[in-house]
This record gives sequence, C-alpha cells and structure tokens, in this order.
Amino acid sequence: MTDLTSLRYTSEHEWIALDGDIATVGITDFAADKLGDVVFVELPGADSAVTAGDVCGEIESTKSVGELYAPLSGTVVEVNDAVVDDPSLVNAEPFDGGWLIKIRVEGDLPGDLLDRAAYEDLTA
Amino acid sequence: MTDTPAPPRTSPLHDRHEALGASFTDFGGWNMPVRYTSDLAEHHAVRQAAGLFDISHMAEFWVQGVDAAAYLDYALAGRISSMKIGKAKYSLVLAESGGIVDDVIVYRTGADAFLVIANASNRDAVVGAFDTARATWRGASVTEGLRIDDDTDSFALVALQGPAARGILSSTPGVEITGTGLDELGYYAWTEGTFDGAPLFIARTGYTGEDGYELLIEVARAGVLWDAVLAAGESDGVVPCGLAARDTLRLEAGMPLYGHELSRDIVPAQAGLGRVVAVDKEEFVGKNGVSTAPADAPVLVGLVSEGRRAGRAGYPVLHGDVVVGEITSGALSPTLGHPVAMAFVAPAASEIGTDLTIDVRGTRIPATVTALPFYRRNA
Repeated sequence: MTDLTSLRYTSEHEWIALDGDIATVGITDFAADKLGDVVFVELPGADSAVTAGDVCGEIESTKSVGELYAPLSGTVVEVNDAVVDDPSLVNAEPFDGGWLIKIRVEGDLPGDLLDRAAYEDLTA
Repeated sequence: MTDTPAPPRTSPLHDRHEALGASFTDFGGWNMPVRYTSDLAEHHAVRQAAGLFDISHMAEFWVQGVDAAAYLDYALAGRISSMKIGKAKYSLVLAESGGIVDDVIVYRTGADAFLVIANASNRDAVVGAFDTARATWRGASVTEGLRIDDDTDSFALVALQGPAARGILSSTPGVEITGTGLDELGYYAWTEGTFDGAPLFIARTGYTGEDGYELLIEVARAGVLWDAVLAAGESDGVVPCGLAARDTLRLEAGMPLYGHELSRDIVPAQAGLGRVVAVDKEEFVGKNGVSTAPADAPVLVGLVSEGRRAGRAGYPVLHGDVVVGEITSGALSPTLGHPVAMAFVAPAASEIGTDLTIDVRGTRIPATVTALPFYRRNA
C-alpha cells in the first residue's frame, strides 16, 4: 500500500511519486470516484516529451471524459500497459496498480505541487 | 444583486442513499444518486438480476373529471380517450410549433382519472402546457369537469428493474397485490396493492430496456419499502442503482432522454416518435406544427463503432468531409462492449448501414448507422 503522505499532488487531481529523477504519475481516488468506472485511457507514448500543465492524455468513464494533465515536464519512460488493457485498475487501485505513466523529470518541479494535507484540504 | 439559485431538492429517500454511500449529482433541480459503488456493476445487475432506482424526482400529475379523457386527447399527442383502465401509454406534450415540451407516461386509473408522470426538469413546463391547453380547449368553455393536481411532493417513486424483478416484488414482505396479479399483468399496464397497509401503485413500465416495475408510494412509507425490496432481493442480486447506470441502460435500449434527444426544437417524427402522435385527432396542441414540419430536418439514428472510444453528446458527425449532424447521447455500451450513440443527422445520411465518422476531440472514429434499439432483451 502506497503511503499517501509520501506523494505530491496537483490541483488537477494527479499524484506524483518521486524516485530520484523518475516520477510515477496517476490520478487520485477522488478523481477516479468523480469520473465513475474508467473504461478507456489514452496515454502518451514512451519517449514522448510532456510539459507541465499541458494535456497529455485522456481518461474516459461511462459517463464522461477527463483530461490527464502532465504534472511536471520531462520524457515519458514507461507506460502502464496493464491499465491500458484493464482501465478499471484506475478505480480499483488508483495509487498502486492504476498508475499511468513514468516520467524522467527535466528541470525544476512546478512550484505549486501540493502535499497530502493541502490536497485533502482541496478535496474536503 | 443576483438571484441565488434554489438549492437542489432531495428525495424522500435521501437518508437511505447517504447510508448506502451514494455519490450525488444535480439532475433536473434534484440532488439524486449518480452511483452507489460502480456504474458498470449497477448496469450489469439490471441486465442480469435486478436494480432498484430512486426516481422520486419525476413529477406526478393527476388529471381527473368527466372531461379528463377528452382534455388529454387535446393536451397530449396520443389518443388517450381510447386507453383501457389499467393500461399505460407513452405520450408527448407538444408546443403549438409541434416541438416536444416533454415525454410522459399516462396511466388510466379510472373512467375519469389519469396519472401522468413527467420529467423532473419539465415539471413547470408541463404545468404551463396543461394550463395553456385548458385555456385554449373548446374555447375555454369547460372547466368544472376537469381537475389537474400536481402531487409530486406527496409521493416517492422507485423503479425495480431487471429479469429478477417479478420474483423480488412477489416476495417482498408487506407487499400485497389487490388488483391484477403480477403473473397476469401485461407490459405497459399497472395494478394496485398495498405496502404495510398504505396504497401502492405498481406499473409494469421502466426506462432500462428490462422488464420491471415502477412503484408509487406515499412519502412516509418510501424508506421502508426501499429497505424491504433491497432485503427481499438480496439473494437474487438486487443492488441500488444510480442515474449513471440508468443513462447507459436507457441508451442501449434506444430510449430518448429529454434535453438530449428531445427538445422544443425537435418534432416527434424527427425523433422516430411519429407513431406516438395521433394525427387523425380533430384537434390537439401542436397539430398544425407537426403537419407542417420540414421534410429535410435532421432525424435521430443509432450509431455503432468499434474499439472503446465513445462519441459523446455534442460531437460532430461527418459523412465524408461534410458535417451532417451531431451526437445527442453516447457511451461505451457496458452490455455490448463497443461504443454506441444516438445522433441527429441529415436524412440523406440516415440510411441504416451508412458509414459515417465521429469527430472525437479531433480524432475521426468510424461509425455505422444502425437500427435502434442497440439492445433488446429476450422476450
């Protein structure tokens, strides 16, 4: 089980787990609950460049479409094929098996990332 | 100064929904459950077992009096006076233009008594249309023989839908059928009974494409009835279902949703509802409008695609490089496993089998015109 206090968050409901210069990115349980059952995800390809704040993918539920914003800038080094094959992982394990992409971080992290307490305040 | 919008209303069953952990959404001015656990699980439960929906947001009107049947022939699109007592009928409230003000189900409860169930979001519009119809009917000479009461606030309405619905309702403690038995009750018919001593109106109607019932009960008994049906159906797999599942179920069943497939800008024939209009009636609201509607107006079609990426309401539909229409509802069909959509398209692009494309946020997804409904239960 992921320690949620070790993650950083965006106001667009992504979470980030940093390990050296590799950031694992997913969407939070709050976002997954709001979307409903996720049935389709479109993620950026490996080796593609992403820019903090830009849309880099889509997450569709039966009811709606959510955009995935890159929470930081860098190069995608890995895509979670398991979640592409079985999008329900986003709902079932948003912080674990439902991770979406890994990004090699380039440059500084955005200054507006939230810690767990600030994210909980945002979604309270 | 700006007006503060009225807070959304809550159902008499709101405490049940909160206890069940529902997520809520605003729908037609009501704060209603959108899901309890999973849209997909709730959808599949209705197709395979049963689901229980709170649809207390819907509006109930009683139309009564010696003139009620003739009045409804005038106020609604269908021929209501020929309905038999005990039957239900899908009908439309039309504007003079022929546009659709609301779609309703009419239940004949007596020679001079009808129950009309309308959409929550159109409650005021239906009141207005009924008032206008009364004022223009027969030169407004008849008023004593007609009474219209909006009883929405007195009742809760729940829908038990799915192949296990009959068995569950039959075995719900406290439910006594005093009218036609459930085994004899036809589709689009109603019967009466009691629950815990209170009157219970049981209609074999629904909005899911499955067999099932809609149950009208006084507000004070609604929570106990809800609990009793869930408990009685637990071993059969009944689950509480929210509006998200209701929407994908009705979409698969090709049923229109007001505000999506139906509006004041759409005449019935465009939405495939020409059969609902009894055009041979001498006089009814909207008669001139429906008879003069242009023949080249867009028409409602079903679209199916491959893959998992669904067209959504508002997305353009193209024939070659020409935009020929727009999607009104769309989703990845939980039952069929591929995307389905309803769309209004130009008549020239509406033939079954026509290959079109949907502009899904910049990506063209092939789609084929298909007959509605997408899903039909085994009879």
